[in-house]
Amino acid sequence: MNLNPMEQFAVKPIFGMDKPLLSIAGHPIYFTNQALLMGIVAVASALFLTFAVKPNRLVPTRGQSMAEMSYEFVANMIHSATGEDGLKFFPFVFTLFIFVLCSNFFGMVPGSFTVTSQIAVTFALASLVILTVIVTGFAKHGIGFLKLFVPHAPWYLLILLIPIELISFLTRPISLSVRLFANMLAGHTMLAVFGGFVVALGTAGALAPLAIAPMLLIVAIMLLELLVAFLQAYVFAILTCIYLNEALHLHDHH
Amino acid sequence: MEVAAAKMIGAGIACIALVGAGIGIGNVFGSYLSGALRNPGAAATQTTNLLLGFALCEATGLFGLVIALLILFAF
Repeated sequence: MNLNPMEQFAVKPIFGMDKPLLSIAGHPIYFTNQALLMGIVAVASALFLTFAVKPNRLVPTRGQSMAEMSYEFVANMIHSATGEDGLKFFPFVFTLFIFVLCSNFFGMVPGSFTVTSQIAVTFALASLVILTVIVTGFAKHGIGFLKLFVPHAPWYLLILLIPIELISFLTRPISLSVRLFANMLAGHTMLAVFGGFVVALGTAGALAPLAIAPMLLIVAIMLLELLVAFLQAYVFAILTCIYLNEALHLHDHH
Repeated sequence: MEVAAAKMIGAGIACIALVGAGIGIGNVFGSYLSGALRNPGAAATQTTNLLLGFALCEATGLFGLVIALLILFAF
């Protein structure tokens, strides 16, 4: 048995496909466990949300309630963070939220793979958010969008503040992606490390009954991880809303 | 050999970032509780900010963990 806690994050080709599917400019493209899980997440969430609200009952079932609640939850979040004109970004934010949430939850299933524990995935999502913010800002305010980097302050402070504002804007995709990635990575590594304790104690002969202690701890950490899985999806979505709000309204509050 | 040892020590030192995260999370929940006990009526409206503060705090500590993993596995 392999007890390396980092082994669960290895991206590898599946279904015994050793040959690449295709190659783009010399880079081989494989069908990996990550691609499979991303596909499952996207298809499962799309199918669930479509068919849960399809019959459109007046008295909703549990499934329809879940779909409607997630819709209202995200709509309220956007409305409170960006105001009325932020609602045109609802499809974008809702897709991001559902994708990250489902990836996190599918990753909690033992033996599966956490898509969001790969920095490549989270950084792609975060750069998509920042590109949307930049395009929105320039489309709405034109060159005046650059006023975002000039806070209301005396000119001698601006010499200091403008570089700070620029750096804080440019590090946003990094912090947004690393936050989600690090949370998922740390949580799953912790689970694997405590899993290693259970195996080590359980095979230690007379000490075997003691293995129940780390086992109980794993159950508790699993609950914490479920909370974190939801919370990180929520934080990702609300930070997207906050960044969009800045692009839409610059410094004046809605 | 010294490089391997220095990597281990560096990764351990990088985990000191968790001190700050611990203090931060304690501050978030402590301030929330003291505020909520003074004005229980407004407590429910602030759970969003509470969770946001908690998640942002926790993430800062995890950046240290990322540095530790980078030292161990990327160099």
